Amino acid sequence: MTEMGAPRFWRNIQQRYRLTGTRCDTCDTTYFPPRQLCPECRREGDVEEQELNGTGTVVTYTTVHEPSPEYEGDSPYSLAIVELDEGPRVTAQIVDDEIQVGDEVEACFRRMGEGGGDGVIYYGFKFRSLD
Amino acid sequence: MPRDVAVIGAGQTEFGEHWERSFRDLVVTAGVRALEDANVPGEEIDSLYVGNMSAGQFVGQEHVAALIADYAGLESVDVPATRVEAADASGGLAFRQAVLDVASGASDVVVASGVEKMTDLGSTDTTEALAGSADREWEVFPGGNTAALYAMAARAHMTEHGTTRRQLSNVAVKNHENAVGNDYAQYPTSIDAETVESTAYVSEPLRRFDCSPASDGAAAVVVAPADEAEKYTSEAVDVVATEQASDSIALHDRDDITTSKATRRAAKRAYSEAGVVAADVDVAEVHDSYTITEVIAVEDLGFTEKGQGGKAVEDEVTTADGDVAVNLSGGLKACGHPLGATGVRQVVDVTRKLREEHEVGLTHNLGGTGGTAVVSLLEAR
Ligand SMILES: [Zn+2]
Repeated sequence: MTEMGAPRFWRNIQQRYRLTGTRCDTCDTTYFPPRQLCPECRREGDVEEQELNGTGTVVTYTTVHEPSPEYEGDSPYSLAIVELDEGPRVTAQIVDDEIQVGDEVEACFRRMGEGGGDGVIYYGFKFRSLD
Repeated sequence: MPRDVAVIGAGQTEFGEHWERSFRDLVVTAGVRALEDANVPGEEIDSLYVGNMSAGQFVGQEHVAALIADYAGLESVDVPATRVEAADASGGLAFRQAVLDVASGASDVVVASGVEKMTDLGSTDTTEALAGSADREWEVFPGGNTAALYAMAARAHMTEHGTTRRQLSNVAVKNHENAVGNDYAQYPTSIDAETVESTAYVSEPLRRFDCSPASDGAAAVVVAPADEAEKYTSEAVDVVATEQASDSIALHDRDDITTSKATRRAAKRAYSEAGVVAADVDVAEVHDSYTITEVIAVEDLGFTEKGQGGKAVEDEVTTADGDVAVNLSGGLKACGHPLGATGVRQVVDVTRKLREEHEVGLTHNLGGTGGTAVVSLLEAR
């Protein structure tokens, strides 16, 4: 019913595989996911693509016991908000069981949940501990 | 507001699991109760608003405003009907649109209703439908859902402000205690903190009893020009402000994930419009979709200092006899949370309290993790 459909997934393939964001040169801010429009400068913004190096810090985290249907086979799993070194924050799974606020992490590519009925296996970024 | 507005009638269905009652039955029942309370005949209604988050996912029905107008007998008297959607702030938004419609002079007598029929779906599909209030591509695809996101807000609040697991439990205990005696509540039963902490984890540190339930239910209020309210009822309550604000859709994009900027913005404008301060409010229906949601809301509404929301129950700030009685109905936690109905139900409950002993009431309705907030202030006559 509501899993990530294939077109919606492939449209974002570049960002999901390579962590490509955007940078606004007018206000010197990096955004992920990419934005067409800088939310601060709007039409005055000068927006270009920026590849992110994939390292960051855990801001907060949880262990999910009751996930959405496509992740039912994976629970419990760790989910965190990670602040990337370039500034933007992302919501992502952490492959390690033990995590703490402040842990240094790096992006890695992993199988994500299986999208319900269509049998397609999706891949995307998760993070692993550098400590 | 260009023209002052009053609530002249209020009604709701019992909240709970109503497998025997359809979506349309629920909202027609609530509407009829509100109109009877207001002594308003159908012909006098100028406009109808319906707050509904996701009838499409829960019962496979869209175009619900027309459906409701039809089944409420309002099609025959030519009443325009509009659905508004802002996840579980849909009801608050419907109320606000109704008030603005009267305030602008475009309409005189307007019904604001809210409805959700959730329990036809299983719990996994319900979790998935609720997750539609978050950013589907960048919060839900990576494995998040509403409970997981609030769990991360709770962890951050504990880390930054020292809020404890027990303080979260205290919110659930208080709201269940308040629900005792509320005939409309889904769970009008007392629980203790140990019970909350013995329920299974949904998303750590949040447990089952930190979460509001899936519910079926509907609520409705009738609003009219304040200076004409006496024509209908001696129990009118004045709407002195209704404000709405936005924040980023994704929790991770907030400057401070332990603060609802939308709540702060809407509250600030509402207090200013009404000429009151937070300390003047003596009764409030606050969005407690999770226990942590209430902890953060009582800070952002100005009932406590930032970071002190966890202590609000033990310090008797938000208890029934406290500075401001928060969620005397039982809140979303114990009264139930039929998503689109909740914001209107909050106005129904505050109206009831202002007809009795309270003076200044506040309603606070959030969409998802706070991308939308609606804050309204009402006063007894
Ligand atoms: Zn910019």
